[in-house]
Amino acid sequence: MSDRIFGGIGLLLALIYAWQATIIQESFLSDAVGPKTFPLIIACILALASVYFLLKPDPEPTWPSYGRLAEIFFAALVMLAYAELLPVLGFLIATALASGYLTWRLGTPPLQSVVVGVGTSVGIYIVFKLILGLSLASGILGF
Amino acid sequence: METLSNLADGFAVALTFQNIALALAGCFLGTIMGALPGLGPSNGVAILIPLAFTLGLGATPALILLTSVYYGAMYGGRISSILLNIPGDEPAMMTCLDGYPMAQQGRAGEALALSGVASFVGAFFATWGLVLLAPQLVKVALLFGPAEYFALFTLAFATLGGISATNQAKSAFAAALGLGLAMIGVDTQTGVPRFTFGEVHLYDGIDFLVAIVGLFALSEVFIFLEHRRSAAEEAAKPKIEIGRITPSWKMLRYCTPTMLRTTVLGFIAGVLPGAGASLGSFISYSMEKKLVDPEGKTFGKGDPRGVAAPEAGNNAAAGGALVPMLALGVPGSGTTAVLLAVLLSLNITPGPLLFTQNPDVVWGLIAALFIGNFMLLAMNIPMVGLFTRVLMVPPRILMPVVAMISFVGIYGISGSSFDLMVMVGFGIMGWVLRKMDVPLVPVILGTLLGNEMEVNMRRAVTIADGDYSVLIGSPLTIVLWSVAIIGFILPIFVGGVVKRKMRTARDKEASQTD
Repeated sequence: MSDRIFGGIGLLLALIYAWQATIIQESFLSDAVGPKTFPLIIACILALASVYFLLKPDPEPTWPSYGRLAEIFFAALVMLAYAELLPVLGFLIATALASGYLTWRLGTPPLQSVVVGVGTSVGIYIVFKLILGLSLASGILGF
Repeated sequence: METLSNLADGFAVALTFQNIALALAGCFLGTIMGALPGLGPSNGVAILIPLAFTLGLGATPALILLTSVYYGAMYGGRISSILLNIPGDEPAMMTCLDGYPMAQQGRAGEALALSGVASFVGAFFATWGLVLLAPQLVKVALLFGPAEYFALFTLAFATLGGISATNQAKSAFAAALGLGLAMIGVDTQTGVPRFTFGEVHLYDGIDFLVAIVGLFALSEVFIFLEHRRSAAEEAAKPKIEIGRITPSWKMLRYCTPTMLRTTVLGFIAGVLPGAGASLGSFISYSMEKKLVDPEGKTFGKGDPRGVAAPEAGNNAAAGGALVPMLALGVPGSGTTAVLLAVLLSLNITPGPLLFTQNPDVVWGLIAALFIGNFMLLAMNIPMVGLFTRVLMVPPRILMPVVAMISFVGIYGISGSSFDLMVMVGFGIMGWVLRKMDVPLVPVILGTLLGNEMEVNMRRAVTIADGDYSVLIGSPLTIVLWSVAIIGFILPIFVGGVVKRKMRTARDKEASQTD
């Protein structure tokens, strides 16, 4: 069933892709092939592969329980928040929060997670900013 | 002779203080990354590319650092195979078969040292193979026009799944997905935006580094979240005695013919499209088993030759895989695809012209491989104890560090939150694709080569005044297309068989050792 759903999504994707390809604005200075042909070929391959999934699905993969799915969802959410807040909070605070959360969810006890989070953040800061001279986001702390 | 003088020039480039230090650092980091389960060579190199880039290293030093990581990871993959029966990366799977039984017999140190020597032999001779073969391939490649290149790219995609692929539709889907992503951005030939949905950030296209790090490194974090084990299970890991860490001369002599045979075999597997290191080690192991132990008396029960064979094979294949990557610009495996990304991000286009336009890069790189090899041998024998201790770092601490370093690297390149979000998106996509058994390497290769592939097709057709038959117009293109078609269709019939053989070999050994 998973493969069938996947095939359905793939087919939809191929259709949207092909539609988007046909509305590419052609320039008056075009070569013999133009900017549409290759994307349309790709859309065809995408569609063919998807149809194959619909017709001959593989055995079901083992999906994780809802709890674990939520786990992955929240981890992704935290990473997105990290991306958004990095320039605001600065590298040290944002990284300590994000890596603390991740290590906690991977099974470190809560109090230890705080230590690991701060340690990861400071460690990366020392290695990459102080030793290697990379520019990391400075944020509200100003350094 | 010309080759040797080129190589000497290469050594002149590579033997500077900075380059040697970088090679040393790369070998060290690579071995650690290869040893840690879940951080194979592709991941290791992927995480370090943006860092090498933001550190402002020149082309040659950056390449030296990253190829050292590549070779180092190939070495390191064996450590966890032998000690924990968990392959650090896919090619190291076959090393488990005899390596782990040896460790259980208290000969872990010997197995580690022997596999270190075997890795060295494989990689060393494969690097010589690269020196001799790549310039020859360049001569052939100079005959290639745009139509031939288009066919060659197709061949690379068609055979990427390899002979052991079970579902070619999924490989094709992955390739199309990657190619489709590469189309995003302003069309290089006519200047019109494609698939940008009016989003300014997308006009430059999606940076393939963002895609690679997201697909490989971040998806690994999600996989760990999914399979998180309780603390009790983690503590229950078996403790292994290392034992003596120098192999006796007797044992080395005993294994020498094995190593030499499997080196040749592995190298060939590496050069051929669609085989790569995993198949190299598999073929090496099974051939050696057939040859020296046809009745299956010792293999799988801790035969040293069963450790030497796959290790020499997979390291030789790693060297062999560099031949098509450097000479044609078409990688044959996942890790070489990542190395191709390195070259592209340094604005170097691999292929036949690389050897004439940037000989310092090519030969400096090859010289660095030789140096790295000796460093790895010197490092691996005495320091193997240190590397085994790295295995004790629990993933719950390691994986967040990996994720954060990935963010640091990508943020360092662009300084944009948007790229980080796209990377998280790729991480999720990578997780879903892995669950669905869709290979990730064609996606990566698609994003890397998509534009180049399209440009070659359009150039060929435009030169021929819009005549599409030019794509199959020369004998060379017909050969390439035929190989591509055979390479794509063959696994449909034999892929399942090969894969099953690889699995049963492993399962049988597992039931014996338990």
